[in-house]
Parts: sequence; structure tokens; C-alpha cells
Amino acid sequence: MTSAVSIRGVEKRFGSLRALDQVSLEIEQGEFFALLGPNGAGKTTLISALGGLVRPDAGQLAVMGHDVAADYRLARARLGIVPQEIVFDPFFSVRETLFIQAGYFGIPRSAALTAWVDELLHKLALTVKADNNMRQLSGGMKRRVLVAQALVHRPPVIVLDEPTAGVDVELRQTLWAFVRELNQAGHTILLTTHYLEEAQQLCQRIAMLKQGRVVALERTEDLLSAFSDRVLRVKIEGSLKADLAARARPADDGWIEFVLHDLAEVEPLLASLRSTGVAVRRMEVTEPDLEEVFLHVMETH
Amino acid sequence: MAGIGFRTLLYKEVLRFWKVAFQTIAAPVLTAVLYLLIFAQALRGTTEPFPGVSYAQFLVPGLAMMSMLQNAFANSSSSLIQSKITGNILFILLPPLSHWDLYWAYLLASVARAIAVGAGVFLVAVLMADVPVRHPLWGLAFALIGSGMLGAMGIIAGLWADKFDQMAAFQNFIIMPLTFLSGVFYSIQGLPPVWQAVSHLNPFFYVIDGFRFGFFGQADVSPWLSLAVASTAFLAVSLVTVGLLKSGYKLRH
Repeated sequence: MTSAVSIRGVEKRFGSLRALDQVSLEIEQGEFFALLGPNGAGKTTLISALGGLVRPDAGQLAVMGHDVAADYRLARARLGIVPQEIVFDPFFSVRETLFIQAGYFGIPRSAALTAWVDELLHKLALTVKADNNMRQLSGGMKRRVLVAQALVHRPPVIVLDEPTAGVDVELRQTLWAFVRELNQAGHTILLTTHYLEEAQQLCQRIAMLKQGRVVALERTEDLLSAFSDRVLRVKIEGSLKADLAARARPADDGWIEFVLHDLAEVEPLLASLRSTGVAVRRMEVTEPDLEEVFLHVMETH
Repeated sequence: MAGIGFRTLLYKEVLRFWKVAFQTIAAPVLTAVLYLLIFAQALRGTTEPFPGVSYAQFLVPGLAMMSMLQNAFANSSSSLIQSKITGNILFILLPPLSHWDLYWAYLLASVARAIAVGAGVFLVAVLMADVPVRHPLWGLAFALIGSGMLGAMGIIAGLWADKFDQMAAFQNFIIMPLTFLSGVFYSIQGLPPVWQAVSHLNPFFYVIDGFRFGFFGQADVSPWLSLAVASTAFLAVSLVTVGLLKSGYKLRH
């Protein structure tokens, strides 16, 4: 099957800065894919190159098999990008903005478009503001309009560049529920975010960029298991015997941690504690953490 | 598909100035009428610029065209620079719009505003000075070519300028001198030979002179020469504009 997004050997320099350095990625249709990296890693430059806003010095980018330069009309018609910055046109209402954006993509005014615009407004909790001028909207609402604008032409590939920056918890949940729904309906999602727990919960695969290079590209679960472990955390009464003390690592607030390579290690560990007269007062198992993986990858590359 | 994209951008550009018509149409009409009142009053009794044409009558087409040129330029340039500075230029860069879509949409919206302003100036001015319209098609041709040329120049300025002060410089140091020194307020026949020669290098002169021919059937130079020069200038500016849009100059990095 044709890749939803194909990025091959893409390079981009801005003066002496190498913003993208031989970046190659293939994102399959229907994937929920995360592109992570610190500020300045090249995430937005890569997304901009996909949208034709940045012209790479070398390499090829394609959306649903259409080259973003040679077949730009076909490529752009299949791509919806939610930009990182909140931008809006102060001359128009929310509804006008959406109809105009649909028109740019060649979609005629019709009952079907009106129904889709109404659905977008409803899903993004914008219905009551539909006829308000964009200037009258809060920052969070303007961001929701940007999401609606990116979806108004029903693109098979949706790129969300830090869509939840500065967005309250309720809206974040609403947005993710909607994006999940779109993903389940077959849309490919490419997400960049600094909220790593979002990427961990939502995305099937993750790429990490650092200084314009791809430094990690794995399935989320593989990345987590390769670089991060589950941890058994306990608060105890009594002192640990030498063999258990060697495995334990002290943590904040009196917690003691045991790294688990497998959940099956929990029971024998607790049995060992019991058998040596140590009473467990509190206990929790922490799951692998993408933040830990992220820091590890960034430090080692 | 391309047709709908272009039409939507044109609609949006027209709506953009129409929503603030008080500022974009009524204000320039008022300014032109004030010019007419003051100059016509101050210079009443001066020699007729053309036989049988009073100075007040002579002024009307020139002022109408000057307003059209300035507003055609203002429309495309301000729309582009505002979109670039606020960042909403993204909305037209991400969709599958071609450089031709952008060129024609910005150009025709500029022409639409220019025609609205020109018609407004003319309608108010004829209440004050009885102006004949002897060759309406000539007048219309120069109205379209002139506002098209300035609409295209506005696109160039909007692409080139990164800041509002750069845009103001383009307007004040290029557009305004070319407009004011084009024979809006006088017939170049009354100028010394050197300044007559300089005026003949200014394409705006031919636009205004040709437009005036449409009203009085008289002009400083042949309307055919004016048509040739104005059309060539429009074509040259358009080629540069389309080239810049196609290259993504200051839009796609």
C-alpha cells in the first residue's frame, strides 16, 4: 500500500544551520504517528516541508504517493495541517472562515459541506461561536478553529503541530477523542507535541528528532521496553537484606524502587520481602515512561 | 477544482475590502472630492487645459484615475502584508492554489476596489462639474489596465515588504511620485520640454492621459500610444509578479 507520508533523504539548511539532515520516514496509512524532539529539532521545518511552505535542499516528500513539489495540488489536497502558531483572519466569522478554507481546496458550497462544517463545529464545541468574528474568540477557541480548518476538506493525512499547547484539559480530551475517531475512520495522524504522555497514549509509532536528524524510530511499545522499565515502588518497615538491598534504589520521600524487566517479577520480590520480615506499607508499579525514554535518547545522541 | 479555489480567494479578497467599505471606498472618494473642490476653486479661471474643457472638468478623470491607481495598489499590498505579518498567509499557502490563482484573485480584487472607488469619485464629481463621456470603452480600457497594473505592483510590494514601514516606503517613494507626476492636476503640454520628456517616461502618465481621452476625446498623446505603453507596462509588471509568485518569493522558504 502507498505510504501516507513518505520522506526520503530530506535536507534543509537555513544559512549555517542544518535544520533537516538526511531525514527519512515512512508513515503508513491509518497510523497514529508522533514526531518528537526538543525545541529547534526540526519538527516544524519537516511539517512545513510536507505542506510546501519550506522547500528542501535535497530529498523527496510525498503525501499519499503524490510528490509535494511535482504534484503539489494532489499532495496538498490530501493533507490537513494544524499549525503551531495561533493565526486567524480578523475579517471573518468562524463559519465564514471554514467555508472559505473549504473553497480554497476546491470544495463547492453544498448541503454536504454545510453538514460537515456543522459537524466540525459541533465536535470541536464551536457551534455557539459559529457566527462570531474570529477576533472575539479566546486563544483555545481559535486553536479549535485551526483544527476545523485543517479538517474541512476531509484530508486522509492530518498533521497536528503541537495542537494542545495552551489548551485546557477539557478541550484537550475533546480534541483527542475526535482525533482518535478520525484515526479509527482511517485518517493518518502525524502529531508533534511536548506532552509526551499524549504521544505515549495515542501513537503507534514514534520518531524522535534531534538537531535535524532522526535519532529514534520505533513502535511506541518497543521504544518503551527498550529504553524504559516498569518499576516496583515500595515503602517498607524493616531493613533489606543484602541481596535485596543490592537490587533496590532509593527514591524521594522514603520510597524504594526495584526495576522490573517483567511484571512476573513482582510476586517473587514481594515474597522475598515478606520472608525477610520486611513489611510493605505502600506499593505501586509504575509503567514505562516516554519522558524517560525521550531524555535517554536525547542524552545519548 | 482550481476554478473554485481561485473564485473563493477572489471572493474572500473582495469581501475583505467590502466589509470595511467606509475605509476602503468611501474615504478615498471623499479625499478625491476634497481635492476637486480645493483645486477647482483655487484654479478657477485659469487657461483651459484642452479647448472647451474647464480646469474643473479636466481634473475629474485624473482624480478618479489617481484614486483608482492608489486603491488598486493599496488593496493587494495591504492584504498580502497583513497576511504575512499576522501569519494567516498560511491559509492560502497550504491549499492547492496555483501561482495563477493567487495572481488573478489578488489582481481582480484590486481592480474591483479600484473600479468601485473610481465610480464613486466620478458619480460625486459629476454633480460638481459637467463631464462628458465621449468614448466610454477607451475610458474602461484604461481603468482596467491602470488598476490591473497597480494591483500587480501591490502584489510585488506585498511580497517584498516584511514590515509596514517598508510598505510605506514603497508607496511614498515610488507609487505617490509616479501618480502625482503623471498629469493628474495639469496637462503636460504646459510643462517645460525637459519635464514633458520626463513625464513621457512615466507609464502612469499614459494611463491617465488615455483615460482622460475616454471623457473628452482629447489628450496630450494619441490614445493608441497610451494603450500600447500602458499595456506593455501592465504586461511587464504582471510577468514579474507571476514570476515571483511562482518562485514562492518570500512565501515559501
